[in-house]
Order: sequence, then structure tokens, then C-alpha cells
Amino acid sequence: MQELSQILLVLIALFSFYALGNSSLIGCIRIIALQGMCLGLLPLIIDRQGFGMQIILIASGMFILKGFLIPRILSYAIREVKIRREMEPLIGYNASLLIGVFLIGISFILASRLPLPENIRTSLLVPVSLSVLMMGMLMMIVRVKAVTQVIGYLMFENGIYLFGLAISYQAPWLIEMGVLLDVFVAVFVMGIVINHIARAFDSINTENLTNLGD
Amino acid sequence: METLIFAPAILFLLLLMPSLMLGLIAKTKAFVSGRRGPPVFQPLHDILKLLGKGAVYSETSGWAFRLGPVLSLSAVLMAASLVPLFGAPLISFNGDAILFIYLLALGRFVTILAALDTGSSFEGMGASREAAFSSYAEPALILVFASLAIHSGSLSLSQMFSSGQGILPAPSVLLAASGLLIVLLAENSRIPVDDPNTHLELTMIHEVMVLDHSGPDLAFILYGAQLKLMLMGVLWIRLLSPSLASNAFLLTLSLCGLAIFIGAIESSMARLRLIRVPQLLIAAVCLAAFGLILAVR
Repeated sequence: MQELSQILLVLIALFSFYALGNSSLIGCIRIIALQGMCLGLLPLIIDRQGFGMQIILIASGMFILKGFLIPRILSYAIREVKIRREMEPLIGYNASLLIGVFLIGISFILASRLPLPENIRTSLLVPVSLSVLMMGMLMMIVRVKAVTQVIGYLMFENGIYLFGLAISYQAPWLIEMGVLLDVFVAVFVMGIVINHIARAFDSINTENLTNLGD
Repeated sequence: METLIFAPAILFLLLLMPSLMLGLIAKTKAFVSGRRGPPVFQPLHDILKLLGKGAVYSETSGWAFRLGPVLSLSAVLMAASLVPLFGAPLISFNGDAILFIYLLALGRFVTILAALDTGSSFEGMGASREAAFSSYAEPALILVFASLAIHSGSLSLSQMFSSGQGILPAPSVLLAASGLLIVLLAENSRIPVDDPNTHLELTMIHEVMVLDHSGPDLAFILYGAQLKLMLMGVLWIRLLSPSLASNAFLLTLSLCGLAIFIGAIESSMARLRLIRVPQLLIAAVCLAAFGLILAVR
């Protein structure tokens, strides 16, 4: 079980990686869906004493929401605005892949320095959560299309969820559910916003928003 | 008694298996596309026929052109003696992993030199591509070896590639294996990077460099390339599960399996555009670096 959860964690980090190097929006959405599914599975196989009802509820909520609902909303949004690829990122794909590795290295160093209990510090959860978080942040910064920024935001949130999983196995499930609902509403709103940006500017580059005057 | 089995098995693996693997790859691709394809031993017949022919040397080429095939084949053969095929390798010492990398690099260097020596701009283009792409593939290979060296605590190939225990390999070993697979495909000019079947196309890499070689020289180059594919295949198989390489028969079977797997990869995807190739190789570097980070912690 220990090894399986480690491999799943590495897979989650690799999905972030793949999204960083991929220019196709549909590919990114599929990857973020897969990452969401893995996140849903993770609480079930991470070693703990027995399954509680709450864990199964949270896991299935994550699985359905992040694996199916949110990707569905996003693919609906890009179908409406007819945009397939992120053409001009601020930092190229090769460079962002290399920065991604750098960030992974930093998060492993950071995780070993954090004042955490011994059993958490040695696990793979904290470094992987930090690197997923940082790669999500990187994606929000270097991409100009609204959809990829939303995907970066989702990745960022996945990192926070992983960190929460590491800190407390018994997270109050009401809070978890509240966070999930927030993410869902945020993505829902962003889906609508993307349509509005597209209608106003004929593109979904968020750079256009910075040029707005009074 | 053991040497009685060991010697013929090593000879079979080193002399016949490389050609057989290439034949199996071609057969798999033919099967998937609904053709019958050439016989499995066709690459071996090609080499034997080329060995019986005379070589033609152009007037513009010099000693580097003649040196290339001989030196590259001997470098690969030397590398083959370092690789643990089944059981112990022929030569083994602490640090032979580094020698292995350098031998592969030496083989590539003399091939590039020979290609440049022909004075043909077409071959020069191939040489520059080979040099450019291998400058991505080599760091990936070095990082893979580094993470395995740290994981096993030894710099010898035979130790590095036999440390896997348990049902599931460690995550760092899995990452190293996926990085090594990309390097294997790239170094041996297999499909996502280079298409070995397209002669005289502007996008090919390795085949361009050897266009002017003929006769025994070409046979040396072909055999060297096949042997390199098999060596990296053996390393990859040992990485996934050392027990698959515990005796000659099992190793032969799993090499055949690997050949069919490569054939399946080749028939399921198209060659990448030349601009996208560095991205694939950088991904391999990143996978290997991630594996190294996991191994270090």
C-alpha cells in the first residue's frame, strides 16, 4: 500500500508536469481530470486505520467533481469560444518544463526544512503537494489564455488539498466539502467569464483585461 | 560446465540477437499494417551480404571517413562487454557506468566525424542534428544512471541494474525506467524521434550520416546500431525486473517481447515534427531529474 500510494503521488506530480509542457487545451483539461481522479483515490489507499464514512464521502466527492464535472464545464467553455491551443505563452514549453523540475527540487528541499512532525516530514506527500502547488502557480503566471489560467488554479488547489491531507488525516469533512464547493463555483464563474471575454475581445487572452480603461 | 553454456549463450546474444530484434520490430510493424513483411532474419542476411562486398571511397573523403565505422563498432562492442547480460558482465569495475556513457559518446563522435568528412552538405545536416539531439539525450542518460547509482549505492552497471526487489519497483526506479525508454528510442533512431525506414528524406537523422558508407563499413555501422539497441534494451529490462534477466533463455524471451513492444509503439504513433523532438527529450531529462531528486531524498 505504501509503495502504491507513492507511485500515485509521483503520478500526480507528473500530470502537473505534462500540463506544463502541453500546448493543447483539451489535453490540459484531460490531464487535470486525471489528476483529480488520482486525488480522489489517494485518501483511500494512503495507509490509515480503516475507512470512515466521511473519507469515502470526500473521496467520491473529489472524484466526481474534479474528475468529471469541472473538466466538463471547462471543455464546454472552450467549445463555445473555439480555441484549441495556447499559442503564445510568456515562457516557452521547454523552459517551463525545466523550471518545473527546478520547482520540484526546491519543494523537496523546502519540505525537509519545514517544522513538521517526523512521520509527515519523511513522507512523499508534503514535497509533492508543494511542487504541484508551485507548478500550478507557474502555470497561472506564464500562460495568457483564461482557460489555462483556470487549469493552473485547479492545480494550485489540488496542491493545497494534498497538503491538507498530509497535515491532518482527520480533516473536518465539512470544511473539505466547503472548499470543494468553492472551487466548483469558481470554475463555473470562470467558464462564464471566459465566454464574456471572448465575446468582448474576440480572444481569451487575459492581457486584454489589463488594457481596460475607466 | 557453466562456461560451456555461458560462452555460446553470450555469443548468441551478442551476434544474433541484435539482428533478430530489428527483424522482429519490422515484422510487428508489418503485421499491424496488414502486410507480411520481410523475414525475421532479413537484417542478418543484409549484414552478411554487405560483409562480402567491396567498399567504395570517394576521393574527397579522408582517413576520418574510414576510421568512423571501425571505431564506432569497437566502442559499442567494448560497451557490450560492460553490460551485465545475464549473470555477471565480461568486464566489471566500480565506475564502469561512466565508461559506458563515454563509449556510446565516442561511437557517436566518430560517426559524426565520418559524416562531416564526406564533404556532403546533406550528411553535414544529419551530423548537426545528431549532435543537437544527443546533447539532450546524453544528460537524460547521465541523470538516469546517477539516480540508479544513488539508489543502489554503486557506480558499477552490474550493481546498478540488479537492485530491484519486491513486487513494485521504487518510484525513482520507475521514473528512471521511463526516462531510459525515451532515451532508448531516441538514441536508436526509432519512431517518435526518427524514422529508420525513410531513406533520403529531409527529416531523418541517423540514416543521413551513413549514406556514403558501403560494403563492410556499412555492415559495421548497421551491426553497431543494432547492438546498441539491444544493450539499452537489456538495461531497460533489468531496470523493470532483474529476475527477467536471470538466465539466457528468459533474457532472449524478454528481448523479443521488448522488440514487439517497440514495434507496437512505432505503429501506434507518427514521427514527431523535428521542432517537437527536443521537447520530448527535455521531458526525458525532467523525468530522470525527478527520479534523481526522489533517489537523493
